[in-house]
Amino acid sequence: MDWQAISLSLKLAFSTTAILLVLGVPLAWWLATSTRRWKFLVESVVALPLVLPPTVLGFYLLLALSPRSPAGALYLRITGGTLPFSFAGLLTGSLLYSLPFTVQPVAASFAALDRRLIEASWCLGVSRAATFRRVVLPLARPGIATGAILSFAHTLGEFGVVLMVGGNIPGVTRTASISIYDQVQALDYASAGATSLFLLLFSFLVLALTYSLQRRVWSPWPAN
Amino acid sequence: MVAMAGQLICECRRKFSSGFALDAALEIPDGVAVTVLFGPSGSGKSTLLRALAGLQPLDSGAIHFRGREWTALPPQERRAGFLFQDYALFPHLTVAQNVAYAATQEAARRAMETFGIAALAGQHPRTLSGGQQQRVALARAIAACPDLLLLDEPLSALDAPTRVRMRQELRGLLLTAAVPAIVVTHDRTEAIALGDWIAVLIAGRVRQTGTVQDVFRRPLDPEVAASVGVENLLPGEVAGRESGLVTVRTNGTLIQCVDGGESGAVLVCIRAEDVGISRESGHSSLRNRIAGAVRAVLPEGPLARVELDCGFPLAALVTAQSAAELELRPGDTVSAIIKTTSVHLVRH
Repeated sequence: MDWQAISLSLKLAFSTTAILLVLGVPLAWWLATSTRRWKFLVESVVALPLVLPPTVLGFYLLLALSPRSPAGALYLRITGGTLPFSFAGLLTGSLLYSLPFTVQPVAASFAALDRRLIEASWCLGVSRAATFRRVVLPLARPGIATGAILSFAHTLGEFGVVLMVGGNIPGVTRTASISIYDQVQALDYASAGATSLFLLLFSFLVLALTYSLQRRVWSPWPAN
Repeated sequence: MVAMAGQLICECRRKFSSGFALDAALEIPDGVAVTVLFGPSGSGKSTLLRALAGLQPLDSGAIHFRGREWTALPPQERRAGFLFQDYALFPHLTVAQNVAYAATQEAARRAMETFGIAALAGQHPRTLSGGQQQRVALARAIAACPDLLLLDEPLSALDAPTRVRMRQELRGLLLTAAVPAIVVTHDRTEAIALGDWIAVLIAGRVRQTGTVQDVFRRPLDPEVAASVGVENLLPGEVAGRESGLVTVRTNGTLIQCVDGGESGAVLVCIRAEDVGISRESGHSSLRNRIAGAVRAVLPEGPLARVELDCGFPLAALVTAQSAAELELRPGDTVSAIIKTTSVHLVRH
């Protein structure tokens, strides 16, 4: 079993989920409450990774992250390194690829919130930020948990984007799914089987734990 | 600076994409405890209430409360407690946590005692009855020490028996709270039971303000008369006046009323509950006595609506008991009795 690849996959999944929660929750709030006319454009961009082949996303990311692009050049100047074929590049790809899995369930739970609860809080003199923390977040918790679990599971299993952006560098960008592919290519079915079984059991345990904790409220795509 | 006489002075204008336009000017005098915003559904009364709370943006206008300009203030800075139609209690918090949401523990404890909900402290809102939820919502608003309470159709979410009981209780609770309140309702009984002062809204405009008694007895124009439930609106012509009484000819019948200086074409307004029915004929200088035929007797709970034909249609609202005692049947000839002080004229 390729423990190095498994631990890299877990590290990637945890980092992606944590960053997506920080970025995705405000974005979801904006999507759920904004009345801008061009909101549908942002919604479409966020949902793109759901329908694009991972190789297409990976290809554009590779171009966008290369030191010859403005973003890549900026990164090079700040950190002295390049994004493609590094963990940071891999993380960037994962963030984009899993963004809809965080944003959509969270936005759905925000949209389902009774608007009057928020207004009631404002009229009681509580600021917008405090209302968000004390009313919106607690009531949207099931949606936020769903978004986090889905992003985590999705990152753990991603293959195409990782291969395009990260390549296959042991300890840096070789995740569990790539490692399994390699092992099968090398006809090392025993190792591939062990890593696969580990991923299968781990994913099952995470989902089972979530279901048991949130039995009444958890659903992968909340109604409406 | 303009001297501010009233506790609340506002002018609120807002056009909506639906075509509805709010263009309401309102002035509530000092010392009024409960103001009712009254009008049919779609008249803009809830929109006006939301504008006062700062929840409804305006195109133009100004809101002053006790000399302080509210127009540009966000809801948080207006200190106006808002009671939503379905109470909007926080479902993830207990009753005690709801009441203490924006208040000190001491203020919350006192409010819960005042509104008789101390025993419910540990419960969640979904386990409460409608009447209990309303008390919790009131306690939550009061605990935050507002300067003004805004209530949007506070009784409409209750079942009928509770509504009747709360109609009586709510005014007491509002007076206990000692915070001026503005209540939106489309229900006349509620308006009378709750309000001291009333503003009648029709199609986005405040058409008449005054004490509840005054506006209900003396509407300024036919539309207000119809909306405050003056069921008998009869076109007529002033035919003469003597010793403080004016005589109006309406479809061949003469009706006398207290002289308010009207002349020419008028609309005679008579509330159905001000029309009495008698089987005796006779004469009294204080009363109009008009002969008519009973068209229909419609039971309305403890009351009965009697539709008469006096040469013009006339509706009377009498107790079910007196309707039974009079043994009213369609076709019977009776006298409609209307006090001269119960007839009100509107220029037509």
